Amino acid sequence: MAPLLEIKELRKQFTSVLANDKVSLTVEKGEVRALLGENGAGKSTLMSCLYGLYSMDSGEILIDGKKVSITDCDDAIRLGIGMVNQHFMLIQKLTVTENVILGLKNPRGPWVDYAGATKKIKKLSDRYNFCIDPNSKIEDLPVGLQQRVEILKILYRQSNIMIFDEPTAVLTPNEVLEFFEIIKMFRNEGRTILFITHKLNEVMTICDSVTVLRDGKTVGNVLVKDTSEAELARMMVGREIFLKPAEPAKNIRQIVMRVDNLHVKGSMGLDAVRGISFELHSGEILGIAGVDGNGQLELGNALSGLAKAYLGKVEILGIDTTHKKPAGLHKLGLSHIPPDRQKTGLIMDYSVQDNLAIKEINRFPFSRYGIISRKEIRAHSQRLIDSFNIRGCWPDSWAKQLSGGNQQKVIVAREFEQKPKLIIAIQPTRGLDISAIEFVRGELVKQRDAGAAVLLISTELDEILSLADRIEVIYEGAFTGSLPGHSVDPLEIGLQMAGRKKAGTCDENEREAT
Amino acid sequence: MKAARSSQPAWGSLNKIVTPIVGVIVGIIFGSLVVVNKDRSLFMVLGQLFYGAFGSWSNFSASLVYTIPLGFSGLAIAFSYSAGIFNIGAEGQLQLAALTTAVVATSTALAGSFLHIPLALLAGAVVGSLWALLPGLLKAYKGFNEIVVTMLLNYVAILLVSFFLQGPMKDPKAYFPQSRPFLESSWLKRIIPQFNVHYGFVILIVVVLITWFVLYKTTFGFKIRAVGLNPEGARYAGINVERIMVLSMVVSGALAGIAGSVEVMGVYHRIMEGFSPGYGYDAIAVALLANLNPLGILFSAFFFGALRNAAGGLQVDFGISISFIYIIQALAILFVIASNGISRQLLNYRRRLHHGN
Repeated sequence: MAPLLEIKELRKQFTSVLANDKVSLTVEKGEVRALLGENGAGKSTLMSCLYGLYSMDSGEILIDGKKVSITDCDDAIRLGIGMVNQHFMLIQKLTVTENVILGLKNPRGPWVDYAGATKKIKKLSDRYNFCIDPNSKIEDLPVGLQQRVEILKILYRQSNIMIFDEPTAVLTPNEVLEFFEIIKMFRNEGRTILFITHKLNEVMTICDSVTVLRDGKTVGNVLVKDTSEAELARMMVGREIFLKPAEPAKNIRQIVMRVDNLHVKGSMGLDAVRGISFELHSGEILGIAGVDGNGQLELGNALSGLAKAYLGKVEILGIDTTHKKPAGLHKLGLSHIPPDRQKTGLIMDYSVQDNLAIKEINRFPFSRYGIISRKEIRAHSQRLIDSFNIRGCWPDSWAKQLSGGNQQKVIVAREFEQKPKLIIAIQPTRGLDISAIEFVRGELVKQRDAGAAVLLISTELDEILSLADRIEVIYEGAFTGSLPGHSVDPLEIGLQMAGRKKAGTCDENEREAT
Repeated sequence: MKAARSSQPAWGSLNKIVTPIVGVIVGIIFGSLVVVNKDRSLFMVLGQLFYGAFGSWSNFSASLVYTIPLGFSGLAIAFSYSAGIFNIGAEGQLQLAALTTAVVATSTALAGSFLHIPLALLAGAVVGSLWALLPGLLKAYKGFNEIVVTMLLNYVAILLVSFFLQGPMKDPKAYFPQSRPFLESSWLKRIIPQFNVHYGFVILIVVVLITWFVLYKTTFGFKIRAVGLNPEGARYAGINVERIMVLSMVVSGALAGIAGSVEVMGVYHRIMEGFSPGYGYDAIAVALLANLNPLGILFSAFFFGALRNAAGGLQVDFGISISFIYIIQALAILFVIASNGISRQLLNYRRRLHHGN
């Protein structure tokens, strides 16, 4: 008998990125298949092609051995494919029933059969112990239950192939266990589950088989019972490091930044950073490794004054900076490379010269008595363009006209020009080509050797491995253990990134607090 | 390639001037078609519009009179919108400002003083900015939608004005709800006695230049525009985004306030109910047509002012309702937006030709 779902040599290219390069996989009826890979490995793209959100460039999708064409979500739904997104697609003000039947036609007429739908949803909810009242409004439901509404949506549409995109990312540990029970029920009914994740323990607990993706390619298809977390970690992160690692720090001196028991809330109102403490010294790079969405963004925002820490303390050079704003931190000598250069790092509709001067605009010689000195700003920008070798750009160019690499160079030039004492660099090389990556990494090392304390938060493991003098791994908002830099086993980090604590470093207090 | 790049900004800035003018002309022509019938041809309508707006010195002067309140309130809209805040409340701000100005302008304590005019203007500016301060604070610190708040405050302001003009401030000698006449020392006099354009126009030109200077040459304006273009990036760069938002509303309110004060001090020399035919709302169109540029606002305010003036003549001569100008205004804005899109398409096309694909 033909397998339930077969994807053959699927290829999907975005303008500059080959997201899926001849990816193939075969899934049987009643199988729970994990799609494992780092950020940007192409997991979500692959599933979006299957669900009709993207159209593939080439390749075939077969269901029950028959070739199908999926051009939009309606096609996918008709073929029994359902997808639960990481970010819920629910309307907060509507009830569960309204959300579930939204977009569906009543086969018996033009009116809405609300009562009938409610009854059906109630029955579905009872069958899987969802404990959901179809008449309650979404905004009154906790996140875990909202996810169940999303699941009800695809059940109501009679999906047999269910795609879950990082479903546990928003759940508490208990909710995760309940969620796994639901998955098991679905499997027993013969439904097929495609489970996108980068957490190894989830793969080992709930999945039957794994497809590992890396850089858009299939690295392997293995059965869970034939593999181990260590092997999966190697498959997932074991890529070659193409850039020369930095020399270890030689001259580590006094403490520049001290962070004590920091707690920060994330956008969903949950704790995104849960009790992080560390010390950062002059002349070293502390790398914070971790899979995206484990609190890095919130940690970076809190340390750079863009978000509030509701508990804990941050000190820079002995001064309490917990509640300082970006301007105050800048005065103390903090440089910050934010993760999103277009949204945060630059004003895209401002010129390069204005972007280079913006942090110092109140100071002489850029302005005097509140009046801007265009001449000084232009000359200053020309100096930086020359000394940082920002090609293809002049003071009057708009930031949005530059390539990503040159945009990042503008930020680096502005941030590193004045011998910063402390650098917080978050994803400083995301989306850059190799030469720009080399430039940014080289500048970070240069600043370290000049005595700056550098905090590098990155999801790129090889970046951490090649730059950091000390490594902390962040998982679900807490550090799982310190590792020395430069000579560490990538597998150990890979395991910790996926939620395995290093033996003996488990922080019990921290666990109890959550 | 290099040549194509460097020629682009020049083409772009020329484009910024040509596009709205073309849009406006096309808008006038198409808008006029609406009222064409067998008795009056398109040329008659256009001719009458032109004559009404510029045909004589006194018509021209009347167009300038309409330009003044539109110009000030257009600046008000543009100022806060540069910081990303849509101040729909210019109407309420200018009405309350005019009311306050009336208190100062009728005060005998100041009669004959050279301070009478500055104080009357100042009173209007202060009240206008206070009326804008509340929605500014709510927007910046509490996340309220400024459009809703400013619009609702308009009703409050207009009804407050009605209350005072029908009650405590009503001229006992007048039948209509209006204040006592202003003392002559508070009048903005005519620049040339036989034409009705008053010194408010001079003040407008000065304020236009100041506003342009503040927005483009000072650190305050630099920050305002940064907040308007990218609040997150502005915050990251160390700008106090909330403070800038509130201050931009305060300045906006002051400018709208001056619009009201100047109107009553220069034209009516008293305040009456309904003295503003909705200048604060028309100002939104004025600011948008000028692409928020203060210098451009002078011209777009003149366009709207001339149109309003000419429409009055059309009403007299042809019996065409004055609301006909709203059709022209709307079409002009639509055509400007459309021609922006079209010229962008052309630009892309040119660029593609240059790149050879």
